[in-house]
Amino acid sequence: MNGLLFLLPIALGLGLTGLVAFFWSLRAGQFEDLDGAANRILIDDEDDQGPVA
Amino acid sequence: MNAHNPAATEGASETTVLVVPGMHCAGCMAKVERALGAVPGVTSARVNLTAKQARAEHGPEVEPAQLIAALDAVGFASQPRSNEQANAPSAVKPLLAPLAVAAFAAMNVMLLSVSNWSGAEGSTRELFHWVSAAIAVPAIAYSGMPFFRSAWAVLRKGRTNMDVPISIGIVLATLLSCYETVTGGEDVWFDGALMLIMFLLAGRTLDAMMRDKARAGVDALLNQAAPGASVISADGTLQWVAAADLLPGMVMRIAAGERLAADGEIVSGASAFDQSLLTGESLPIPAATGALVHAGTLNLDAPVDVRVTAAGADTSLAEIARLMDAADQPRSVYVRIADRASRLYAPAVHSLAALTFVGWLLAGAGVYHATVIAISVLIITCPCALGLAVPVAQVVASGALMKEGIMVKDGSAIERMAVVDRVLLDKTGSLTLGRPEPDTAALNALDGDAASVALGLASHSRHPHSRAIEAALLARGFRAVRVEGVAETAGIGLSGNWNGRKVSLGRNDAADVVSTTLRIEGRPDLLIPFTDRLRPDADAALGRMKAMGLDVSLLSGDNQAAVAEVADAVGLPAQAAASPSDKREAIGALQAEGHKVLMVGDGLNDGPALAAADASIAPGSASDVGRQAADLVFLGDSLMALPRAVLAARRTMRVVKQNFALAIGYNLLAVPLAIMGFVNPMIAAAAMSGSSLVVVANSLRLVRAAK
Repeated sequence: MNGLLFLLPIALGLGLTGLVAFFWSLRAGQFEDLDGAANRILIDDEDDQGPVA
Repeated sequence: MNAHNPAATEGASETTVLVVPGMHCAGCMAKVERALGAVPGVTSARVNLTAKQARAEHGPEVEPAQLIAALDAVGFASQPRSNEQANAPSAVKPLLAPLAVAAFAAMNVMLLSVSNWSGAEGSTRELFHWVSAAIAVPAIAYSGMPFFRSAWAVLRKGRTNMDVPISIGIVLATLLSCYETVTGGEDVWFDGALMLIMFLLAGRTLDAMMRDKARAGVDALLNQAAPGASVISADGTLQWVAAADLLPGMVMRIAAGERLAADGEIVSGASAFDQSLLTGESLPIPAATGALVHAGTLNLDAPVDVRVTAAGADTSLAEIARLMDAADQPRSVYVRIADRASRLYAPAVHSLAALTFVGWLLAGAGVYHATVIAISVLIITCPCALGLAVPVAQVVASGALMKEGIMVKDGSAIERMAVVDRVLLDKTGSLTLGRPEPDTAALNALDGDAASVALGLASHSRHPHSRAIEAALLARGFRAVRVEGVAETAGIGLSGNWNGRKVSLGRNDAADVVSTTLRIEGRPDLLIPFTDRLRPDADAALGRMKAMGLDVSLLSGDNQAAVAEVADAVGLPAQAAASPSDKREAIGALQAEGHKVLMVGDGLNDGPALAAADASIAPGSASDVGRQAADLVFLGDSLMALPRAVLAARRTMRVVKQNFALAIGYNLLAVPLAIMGFVNPMIAAAAMSGSSLVVVANSLRLVRAAK
C-alpha cells in the first residue's frame, strides 16, 4: 500500500507528460504534413541549415 | 515550420502560398524549396506535401509571378492558392486532441481496472476506484464531446442517429460508476466507457483523415477556369485583375491558350474558342469582332481583346450555379447506412434495457439491483463495433481507390455508388479525353527529320495544338532540331528556317477537319488532323460495366453528328444536344422510374446533372464546377476508373454488411448474459475490444478492393 503512494503518481505523471508532449506537438503544427515529414528524411543536403538552402 | 532561419525572417513581411500539384516525393520537395529559396527576396520556403502546397515568406518586392516562374523553371506547374482553398478547415484536427485524451485515460484506467480484476480488495480497491473516477470523469466529459454534441443536435430536431445510443450508454455508464465509487461498490465501468470513446474516435479520425486527404488532392488540381485576366488600362499597359474584381466595361486581353474569366464581347481580333467545358460542343467555335464569348471557354488561336459585359455572379455560369443549388436537394436527404441501422438499433436496445429493468423488478430484485443490470445491458450493447463498421471499411476502401487514382470526396458517396444501376456518360472530356490529340496515323507517317522539325517548331508555342504535337512526339522519343528564326503569327502558326529551308507549322484552311499542316520547303505538305480521342480502355471499361449489370448511355451537349459518331464507335445509346437542364431532367426521369443513376461528367454544363444524380464521378481534368459537384474524382486518362469505383463501392458495402452482422452477433452472445446479470466490467471490456478488432480485421480485406 505504501508503494502505491509513489507508484500511482509516478505512473500518472509519466502518462500526463506524454499527453502534454502530444498537445504541444499538435499545437506546433507537427501533424500538419505527415507525408512531408515522412519524405523529408530522404532529402540529403549536407549543408542544408533549414528548408532554405 | 519550425526550421526557419531566424536571421532571415526579419525582413520578411509577406507570405505567398502556392499550390504545386506535381510534388510527390522527397526530391520534388527539395527542388521546390530550393527553387523558391533561390529567388532574391525570399527568406524562407517550406513545402507541405500532404496539401501539395509551398509557403514562401518574402519581402514586399517579390511578386507571386516570380515564384511561379521559378518553379516553372524547375518543372513544376503552380498557382497561388485561392482564398476558398485556404478557408477549408481540416476535419481531423478537432478530433486528434479528444482521441489523445481518451487513449491516455483509457490506458491508465485500464491499468487500475486490471489490478482490481486480479483481486485488489478493500481500501486498495476503493482508492483505485477514486483515482479512476478522477481520471475518467473529466476525460469522458472532454473526449465524449463530439458524440454528445452530434447526439444533442439530432435529438433537438426529433430525429436520432448512431451518436444517440452511444451518448446514452456513455453517460449512464459514467453515472453508475460514480455512484458505485461513492458507495464503495464492487464494479465500476469507467474503463468500458473510455474504451468505447477511444475506439469510436479512432474510427472517426480515420474517416476524417480520408476526407482531408481526398480534398487536398482535389484542391491541388490546377484550376481550369481562369482566376483572372490581363486588363488593358487607360494608359495602354496591361494589369492582372482577379476574376472577382473584373467589372463590366473593362477590356481583357486574352492570350491564345488562356481561359476567359468573364463573359464579354470581342472588340478586336478573331480567334476560335473551345466551349467544350461550357456546352460539351467539341468543335472550336470561330468568333470575330462583335461576337459574344463566355466565361470558362478557352481561346485557341490568337490573342483577342474582349470587353467585359458580365462578370462574377452575372455570367452565364450563374445560371448553371442556380440549377446546381436546386439539384442538390435529393442528395442532402440521403440517410447514411449507419444512421439507418441506428434507427432500428437504438429503439431495440433501449426497450431491451427497459424490459430487463422491469423483468428484474417483477422477479423481486430491488430498484438498485435492477438498475445496475439494465445499465449493464446498455453498456454491453453500446455499438462500439457498429460505430466502426462503416468508417473503417470506407477508409480502407478509399485508401485502395486513392492508390488507383480515384479520390473519394465523401464517405456516403461509396454507399450511393454501390447501388447505381444506370450510368450516364457525358461525351466530351468524360468518354473522350476532351483535348485535341494529333492523329496517330499522321504522326506515324512523319519521318525522323519531319518529326524533329515539327518538334522544333512546336516547342516555341503555347497553342494547344503545338503542345499536343510536342507531347506526342516527345513521347515517341524524337528530339527537336534547331530551327532558326522561329516566328509565331497569331491565328496562322509558326514559321522558321531549318538547314536553309523554309519550314512552317500551322493552319490549313483547305482541310475540312481540325488540323495543322507541317510544311517543309521542297517536300510535300503533311497534314496532321486533330481528333478528340476516346479515353484509353474505354471499350474495356464499358464492357466491364455492362458485365456488372450497369446500363450505360451517353448524354451530351454536343451536336447530333459528333455524338452519333462516338456513340456508334462504342455502341451506346445516346442523347445529343442536351442543355444543362435537359441533363438534369433526364436524370430526374430515370430516378422517377426507380433507377439509381451514376453521372459521369466534366464540364460546367454537367454540374447540375452531377449534383442531381445519386452518385457522380468527374475526371481530374474537369472544370472546377464539375470537380466540386462530383462525389469522386479520378486522375489519369483511363476510363477503367469507372468500373473500378463501382466495384470497390459494392465490395465495401458487402463488407459493411458483414461488419454489422459481426457486431450484432457479438451483442447477441453477450446480451443474454447481461440480461441474466452475469456481466461484469471485465466481460464488457473483452466483448467490446474483441468485436471491434474483428470488425477492423474484416475491413482490412478491402485493401485490394479497387483492383
